[in-house]
Amino acid sequence: MTRRRVVVTGLGVLAPNAHGAPAFAGALREGKSGIAFHPHLASAKFGCQVGGIPEGVEALQRRYLSEEELLAMNTNMVYAAIAAIDAWSDAGFQRPAAGDDRVDWDTGAIIGTGIGGIDTVAEKLVPKVEAGKVSRLGSTMPEQIMSSGNTARVAGLLGLGNQVSTNSAACSTGTEAVIDAFLRIREGRAERMLAGGSEGSSKYIWAGFDAMKVLNRTRNEAPAEASRPMSATAAGFVPGSGAGVLMLESLESARARGARIYAEVLGGSVNCGGHRMGGSMTAPNPHAVQRCIRAAVEMAMVRPVDIGAINGHLTATFADPHEVRSWQSALGLAPEAMPLIHSTKSLVGHCLGAAGGVECVAAVLELHHGFVHGSLNCDDLHPELGAFASRIPHRTVDVPRLNVIAKASFGFGDVNACVVFGRHA
Amino acid sequence: MAQQQEVMQKVVDILRPFVKSPEALSAVSMETSILKDLKVNSARLVDIVLEIEDQFGIAVSDEAADKVKTVGDAVSLIMKNAA
Repeated sequence: MTRRRVVVTGLGVLAPNAHGAPAFAGALREGKSGIAFHPHLASAKFGCQVGGIPEGVEALQRRYLSEEELLAMNTNMVYAAIAAIDAWSDAGFQRPAAGDDRVDWDTGAIIGTGIGGIDTVAEKLVPKVEAGKVSRLGSTMPEQIMSSGNTARVAGLLGLGNQVSTNSAACSTGTEAVIDAFLRIREGRAERMLAGGSEGSSKYIWAGFDAMKVLNRTRNEAPAEASRPMSATAAGFVPGSGAGVLMLESLESARARGARIYAEVLGGSVNCGGHRMGGSMTAPNPHAVQRCIRAAVEMAMVRPVDIGAINGHLTATFADPHEVRSWQSALGLAPEAMPLIHSTKSLVGHCLGAAGGVECVAAVLELHHGFVHGSLNCDDLHPELGAFASRIPHRTVDVPRLNVIAKASFGFGDVNACVVFGRHA
Repeated sequence: MAQQQEVMQKVVDILRPFVKSPEALSAVSMETSILKDLKVNSARLVDIVLEIEDQFGIAVSDEAADKVKTVGDAVSLIMKNAA
């Protein structure tokens, strides 16, 4: 079996605070929040009435997609399509012309989602079925509610002929997709894979989390302050949505076509805590988290001291201090010797199944441009994180020699994913 | 004949969002194949028949719907049902 090197050659992102990699890099640098108050959440009597929803999508989707294509697409699918097309174009490829019947057998896609097309289920499927109007559903239900609908649509738009599937592992989905795609290319089963995650913006996705009281309901009047990872006053996460997609490519392919290389995927690991040793359906087994991080770092063949930054999962729940301690334990470093620790969710909220994709794009941009963005809203650092204070940037810092960044995502189901990106040399 | 032209125009308007070859609509005729010439996804025939039912206030049986291959087939179906 061949073990090839894998690099990132394209980035696509539709985030609550920016669309497109250059604008997203700027938003990260500036500390631009994408969290806003949403009246429809207030009308529905949500406790948390703020969230992250990409702006301008109505106009944007008509630039990317035809009327015929949009007939059978919900927000999850639209977000995935826009980010995937952007990653494809950013990597230097042209969209196939109308009537082009060729298939790209060497390129596939794994774009995950956590919840999928629940807006279609809630707004169209259930009302019509309950009203006895099954025959009025039309032809577009299955392709919108099948879990793989987001990636399937991307395959059609771009003529992809390698593996095309959608993974789902709750909030670790996007990062897991990147690792799965990395391994596939590494093993020589594909030359290129579009990988990441997408999640629609629907009150039906967010309602269950609101009912669980895991969303922040204390800052409806100050949306930009609502997402507070690592803060003493963190009171739950802020729901987000969007998509983040990376074009992963074998180094040979990238070199052969003279592609720009943003970063190299050095290693990755996925595991589950088995709902044991403190883990449950909704809480992580810290031993599993540490094993996952260690395995990714070992595969990457880097020393913990070589890691310049950690783009954490860090959602703004009670779990943040536990996560930081797990990173420290896994890396075996003193608090003051830890990499810079920060949370992209402080800017965009928790994009659920899209989180790993959006945040992997952020991590690669940080690596490529040599900066670590500030983690907002934790000036009042959680008391258990006091020892790490010097390693948590509140404002963006330039780190020209940022050579390695670790990105992890953890999800309900006690599932973990950690990927290590390195500056390509 | 004038009525047939009117029905045909309405059918073309119904088909418009579903076609993958919009340029083929400019040369549409009664013989134009909905699937082959206009490149409509075959699954969407269900949606097209629903639109026809709604806009013309008629009921189309599954058997009759299955026989619609061309624009002319749709126009004939509508005129027969509306008669």
